[in-house]
Amino acid sequence: MATVVDSSDPKSNYPIQYRELNYLNCSKGWKSWFFTLDHKRIGIMYLMGVTVSFFLGGLFAMLLRTELLSPAKILMGPDTYNQMFTLHGAIMTFLVIIPGVPAAIGNIILPVMLGAKDVAFPRMNLGSFYLWMFGATFFLAALVIGGLDTGWTFYTPYSVRENNASIIAALLGVFVLGFSSIFTGLNFIVTIHTMRPPGMTWFKMPLFLWALYATALIQILATPVLGITGLLLIVENVFRIGIFDPSLGGDPVLFQHFFWFYSHPAVYVMILPAMGVISEVIAVHSRKHIFGYRFIAYSSIAIAIFGFLVWGHHMFVSGQSKVVAVIFSAITFSVSIPSAIKVFNWLTTMYKGSIRFTTAMCYGLSFLFIFAIGGLTGLFLATLATDVHLHDTYFVVAHFHYVMMGSSLMGLFAAVHHWWPKISGKMFSEFWGRIACLGVFLGFNLTFFPQFMLGTRGMPRRYYTYLPEFQELHVLSSMGAYLLGISSALMVATLVYSIYRGKKAPANPWGGASLEWQCSSPPPHNNFDHPPLAGDPYVMESVVYNEEIGGFVPAECQGDNNGSGTAAGEKEV
Amino acid sequence: MQMKLFIPNLLANDEAGFWFPPQGSTVAESVDSVYFFILYVCTFFFVLIVGLMVLFMIKYRHRPGVEAQKTATHNLTLELSWSVIPTLLTIVMFWVGFTSYLDMRTPPSSAYEIDVVAKKWVWAFKYPNGWIESELHVPKGENVTLTMASDDVLHSLWVPAFRTKMDVVPGRYTQLWFNATKAGEYHLMCAEYCGQKHSQMITKVVVHETRGDFDKWLKIASDIHKNKTPVEAGEYFYKTRGCIQCHTLDGIPKNGPSFKGLFGKERKFTDGSSVVADANYIRTSILEPQAKIVNGFRPIMPTFKGQLTDEDITAIIAFIKSQK
Ligand code: HEM
Ligand SMILES: [Cu+2]
Repeated sequence: MATVVDSSDPKSNYPIQYRELNYLNCSKGWKSWFFTLDHKRIGIMYLMGVTVSFFLGGLFAMLLRTELLSPAKILMGPDTYNQMFTLHGAIMTFLVIIPGVPAAIGNIILPVMLGAKDVAFPRMNLGSFYLWMFGATFFLAALVIGGLDTGWTFYTPYSVRENNASIIAALLGVFVLGFSSIFTGLNFIVTIHTMRPPGMTWFKMPLFLWALYATALIQILATPVLGITGLLLIVENVFRIGIFDPSLGGDPVLFQHFFWFYSHPAVYVMILPAMGVISEVIAVHSRKHIFGYRFIAYSSIAIAIFGFLVWGHHMFVSGQSKVVAVIFSAITFSVSIPSAIKVFNWLTTMYKGSIRFTTAMCYGLSFLFIFAIGGLTGLFLATLATDVHLHDTYFVVAHFHYVMMGSSLMGLFAAVHHWWPKISGKMFSEFWGRIACLGVFLGFNLTFFPQFMLGTRGMPRRYYTYLPEFQELHVLSSMGAYLLGISSALMVATLVYSIYRGKKAPANPWGGASLEWQCSSPPPHNNFDHPPLAGDPYVMESVVYNEEIGGFVPAECQGDNNGSGTAAGEKEV
Repeated sequence: MQMKLFIPNLLANDEAGFWFPPQGSTVAESVDSVYFFILYVCTFFFVLIVGLMVLFMIKYRHRPGVEAQKTATHNLTLELSWSVIPTLLTIVMFWVGFTSYLDMRTPPSSAYEIDVVAKKWVWAFKYPNGWIESELHVPKGENVTLTMASDDVLHSLWVPAFRTKMDVVPGRYTQLWFNATKAGEYHLMCAEYCGQKHSQMITKVVVHETRGDFDKWLKIASDIHKNKTPVEAGEYFYKTRGCIQCHTLDGIPKNGPSFKGLFGKERKFTDGSSVVADANYIRTSILEPQAKIVNGFRPIMPTFKGQLTDEDITAIIAFIKSQK
C-alpha cells in the first residue's frame, strides 16, 4: 500500500491526501454495494447505469446514421428504423441525460460539497436508484417485445393502440423513472436546506448546488405531470376511455399540452446541472473567482420558473390558437436571457485568469462554444414566423442535440473529468483525455451542424428515406457521428484505464476551493470527520500548489509544512 | 459511392440560397428576412462569445510563475447591460416574428378553397368541382385556402418553398392559406411523424401560371375517362361514390358482397334464380339494385341511376373485372 499521509495532529490544517480506508475499499462484496446507503456508491452505480445506457442509445444512433447514408435501404426497413429512433430518443432522454448530472454526479458530489456525511434521506436515495433500475427494465422490456415506434414524444392518437405491450411497457418505464427523479430531487432539496455546514449561507454555496437546487425544484413540480400523462395514456390504451383519441371522443392536442408541460421544464432538468458544472469547471481551471455569482445563481432559479411557462412553443403549428402561440412565443424569449447572462459571466470569469487546458476545461470550453450555438438557434424556433417553417425539421433536431447532447452531455463529461480524481482516487491520462475531447468536439459539430442546413432546406425529421438532394449533408453528418462514437469510447477507455494504472490523485489536483477538495481522494466513508468550516467557494488563492504532493493545499499551511516534514508525505509515483 | 458525395453541395440548388429553397409564396420573403435578421444577430453574438473565449484562452493561458490576477467579482453595470441589451434584441425578434406570423396565419376574406384529407400515407386534395387528386394544383397569384382533416393520426402539411406548415389533426379542421408567386413544381410533405411510410408521404404542388391554365388543367383532370384507363376510373368511382363502404376487395363480404373474384361467378338470388355475373348483371345491379338480391344479403343498396353515366358504369365494370 502506498504511503498514507494522515494528519493525526488535530491542529494541523494540512489536508489529508491519501487514506488507507476510503469509501471504495471500506467494505467488500456485492452486498456492500447493492445495499449501500453511501451516496457516493449509489452515485457510482448510477454512473455505471448511465454509461451503459449511453452506449446502448449511442449504438442505436450509429445504426440510424448508417441507414441515413443513403435514401435507399442499407441496414433496415422503415419499421425497424422507426423503432430505433424511438428507443434512441427515449433511452437518451430518460435514462442518460435526465439522471446523468443530477443523479450520478450530483449524488456523489453534492453531500461532499456541503461538507455533509450523506444526503438527508439515504434510504430514499437507494430507493431512487432501484426505481431507476426498475424503470430501465421496463424500457428493456419494450425493446425486447419490439414494436415501440411512437417517437419519444408518444404523440396521440398514433400511440393509442389496442393492447400494444411495448407502448405500455415504455410508459410504465417513464412513470417509474419519474418517481426515481422525484425522489432524487426531494432528497437534494432537503439536503441543501438542512445540511449546509457552518459558514455556508445560501450565497456561499457553490453554484453547482444552486443549479442542482433549481433542477430539483423542476423535478418535483413537473415530473408528476408526466407520470399522470403516462398513466392516462396507458388507461386510454387499455380501456379506451376517450381522453386523447379523437375516434373515441378525445383530444389529441391535449396530450401535447400535458406532454410538453413536463418535457419543456425537463429540458432544464437536463441543462441546469450542466450549467452548474460549467460554473465550477471554468472558475477552478481558470483559477479565478466566478464572476457575477448572484446573477448566475438567480438565473438558475429564473430558468426554473420561466421554464414552466413556455411549453406551448412546441405546438406553434399544432392548431392551437394564434393568441396562445403569440403568448408562448413572447414568454419563450424570456428564458433565453438567463442563459445569455450565464454565458457572459463564464467568459468574464476567464478574463485575466490562469487557464489550464485540462481535459475538464477542454470540455468546459467545448460547452461554451456548443451551448452558444444551441441557445442561439433556440431563438429561430421561439420566433413565430420562422418556427412555422422550421418546426419538425432537422433544424429542430440539430437545435436540441446542440443543447442536449452538445451541452448537457458535454457538461456531464466535464463533470466526470473534473471530479474523477475525487471519485476514483486516480488521475487519468490528460493526453488521451484531451484527444478524446477533441474528437468529441469535432465529431459532434460535424454531425449536427449540417442538420441545421438540412432543416432549413426542407428535410423533415423522423424520415426513413429522403430526397436525393439531401444525401451529401446526411453523409457528412454520419461521418461526424462515427467520429463522435469512437471518441466517446476512447474517453471511457481512458477513464477506465486510469482505475487500474492511474497515478494516485491528491486531495485537490486542480486547485478548487469548495469543500469537496478538502477531503481525501477518494473520500472516506463518512466524507469528513468534523464538519468543515465553509468560506467563499471561489477564492482560489486560498489554495496553493504543492510540488511534493502534486496538488493544491490550503495556503495557510503551505508555509508551515514546507520542508518541516511534520505531515508531508512522499509523492506517490 | 462516388467521390462527389464528399464535396457537399453548398448551394441547395441554382435558384435556392445557401439556407433556403426558392421562395414560392407571398410570405416567403418576410419569413426569410426574419430568419436572416436573427441569423445576423446570432452570428454577431456567436463571434463575440467565441472570439472572446479564444482570445482569453490564448492571452490568459497558464504560464509557469504567472498567477491569475484578481479582478472584480461582479460589476452591476456590465451585468445589467448584458441582460438588458439581449432582452431588447429579443423583443425585436419577437415583434418581427409576430407580425410576419399574423400575415401568414390570417386567412384572406376571399380565396380559392380546396379541401384536404390526409391519411396514412397519402394526401387527397378535393377541388370545388368535387374532383379529388393526390397532387395539389393551384393558380399563381391567387389566395388559396386549404381546409384540412385527417382520417387517422396526426399529419402536417408542409411546403418548404411556401415557408408554411400546419398540422392536420384528426377530429377537427385546421386551415392553411398561401398565395403562390411563381409557377412551377414544389415538394409538399408530411412533417408530423405518422408511422411506417411517413417519409414517403410526399407529393407535389403544381403552381399554374394563370387562372386560365389552372381551370383548363382541372377541366381535363376531372374528365376522368380521357386521362385514366377504365380500370383506374372505375377504382376512382369505387372509392369516391361510396361503393367502398359496403363492398370490399379482399373477398370478405361486408354489407354487400365483396368484389373479389365476382366477375364471371355464378350468383344465387333470394327468389331462387341464378345468373353468371357478367357486364349486364353488374349494370343492372348498379341501376336497379333491388331487382335481384343475392342470397345472404339485405336489400339495402341505393340506386345510382342518374348519378353515374354509361361511361362511368363501363369503367366500374372494368374495375370489378380486374379484381380477380
Ligand atoms: C435559449 C434557450 C432556448 C430556446 C429559446 C429554445 C426554444 C425552443 C423551441 C421554440 C423549440 C420548439 C421547436 C419546434 O418544435 O418547432 C425547441 C425545441 C426543443 N428544445 Fe429548445 N430552446 C432553448 C434551449 C433548450 C435547451 C437548453 C434544451 C435542453 C437541454 C432544449 C431542448 C429542446 C428540445 C429537446 C426540443 C425539441 C423536442 C422535440 O420536439 O422532440 N432547448 N426549443
Ligand atoms: Cu421547449
